[in-house]
Amino acid sequence: MANNMKKFTKVQQEYQKMAKHIEPKRPVWKNCFFAFVVGGFICLLGQGIMEMFERWFGFTDQTSGDPTVAVLILLSVILTSMGVYDKIAQWAGAGTAVPVTGFANSMCSAAIEHRSEGLVLGVGGNMFKLAGSVIVFGTVAAFVVGICHLIYDWVV
Amino acid sequence: MLTGHQSWVFTRPPVIIATATVVGPDEGKGPMQSEFDVVHDELTIGQPSWEKAERRILEESTQLALDKAGLTSGQVQFFVGGDLMNQIISASFAARTLNIPYIGIFGACSTSMQGLALSACMIDAGAAETILCGTCSHNCTAEKQFRYPTEYGSQKPPTAQFTVTGAGSAVLAKSGKGPIVTAATIGRIVDMGITDPFNMGAAMAPAAVDTMQAHFRDLNRGPSDYDVIMTGDLGAVGYAIAIELMRKHHIPIHETTYVDGGLMIYDRDKQTVQAGGSGCGCSAVITYGHFIRRLNQGELKRILVVATGALLSPLSYQQGESIPCIAHAVTIEAGGVVD
Repeated sequence: MANNMKKFTKVQQEYQKMAKHIEPKRPVWKNCFFAFVVGGFICLLGQGIMEMFERWFGFTDQTSGDPTVAVLILLSVILTSMGVYDKIAQWAGAGTAVPVTGFANSMCSAAIEHRSEGLVLGVGGNMFKLAGSVIVFGTVAAFVVGICHLIYDWVV
Repeated sequence: MLTGHQSWVFTRPPVIIATATVVGPDEGKGPMQSEFDVVHDELTIGQPSWEKAERRILEESTQLALDKAGLTSGQVQFFVGGDLMNQIISASFAARTLNIPYIGIFGACSTSMQGLALSACMIDAGAAETILCGTCSHNCTAEKQFRYPTEYGSQKPPTAQFTVTGAGSAVLAKSGKGPIVTAATIGRIVDMGITDPFNMGAAMAPAAVDTMQAHFRDLNRGPSDYDVIMTGDLGAVGYAIAIELMRKHHIPIHETTYVDGGLMIYDRDKQTVQAGGSGCGCSAVITYGHFIRRLNQGELKRILVVATGALLSPLSYQQGESIPCIAHAVTIEAGGVVD
């Protein structure tokens, strides 16, 4: 920010200060609270589904993760397609964005949005528009952590 | 004609002989619902894509304006239009349907008054006898182009604005019955270094005040010369900043009724629109729906519409550029019959 301010003239800086003063602030505490409650609820739901798979469908706690994630993704895609997910997200914020449901929503919404441009260039080309960077940086981060782990094993 | 530095005062003021407005479901639920000619229940307007839906509402509003004026497209010399889409596709494709010689313009959300000012100038100069001008915006096309996919769950800050789904068109003629366009001020670009595309109101407010100041200076007028002064789509944040800026610049805005289109179109307590409405359609439908009716009914004598536009692109803000803004002002007066 300090670096950014340098390129602005004095009048611009004064204006930005004045505008900042008038703008309503993001309700950070309220957003945190809803994110905590909704995010927690999604995790609780996931735990419930996991228990269900283990109790009635013969999965173990090692194998029940995959079908649970699949069910959550399916629920997210259904809610996105019905046009409900973005409405929930407006007050849930990070609560719906951080869990796997948010990732599914980002892909599904982009796929629906660009369907009018065709299957290949529209859906295929745009599906990872938002999710792409999550995959790229997730993979890079995993690689770095993996290297660190390897070095740790050598040394210790 | 040219008066002062950047204003036009029309010697033979063109008449707005007909206007038409078409809006989407959210605007139809707002406090202005009875002011619009057509309210659609579906955001898709029965079309397979958002872009086609946006084009469709512009086609409907231009056709309806022509019908109200009792004209066919052959009797209109030019169509002046623009919108928010890349390469102004909505206006250009609507012009293809209309088959009227076409001038495409872009002024972002200021396009409504940019078009009206240019059309009035052309008629006053004798370059045309009848001109159709119009603009449109659609919430979902704007979301798709400028922000995220419409169904993407992102949390908007309280400074964000909700793009209006709506189209407004007007037919201007050398003579006829209706309100007259008497003056216009073309704004210059004002950039106060705001970089947040979710805070358009704060970016655009200085441009609105700059154009108003120029208008008052060029025409030697003040706010008290107008019954109503409306800014296009500053929303709650921009509106508050504009009032503060006018206080600093000693513009006695309290002498008139100062309103903002972005605050008029939705009920912010009941509708999730954050700071209010925005988009080309916002100032167009409020001016051509609400204010033209009040001018026609004699409730208002003279109004100033200051349409504000943020001239950014998705590319420019991703590259960290600030948002250049513009505002164009047009004076509309209750007319009567002009020969």
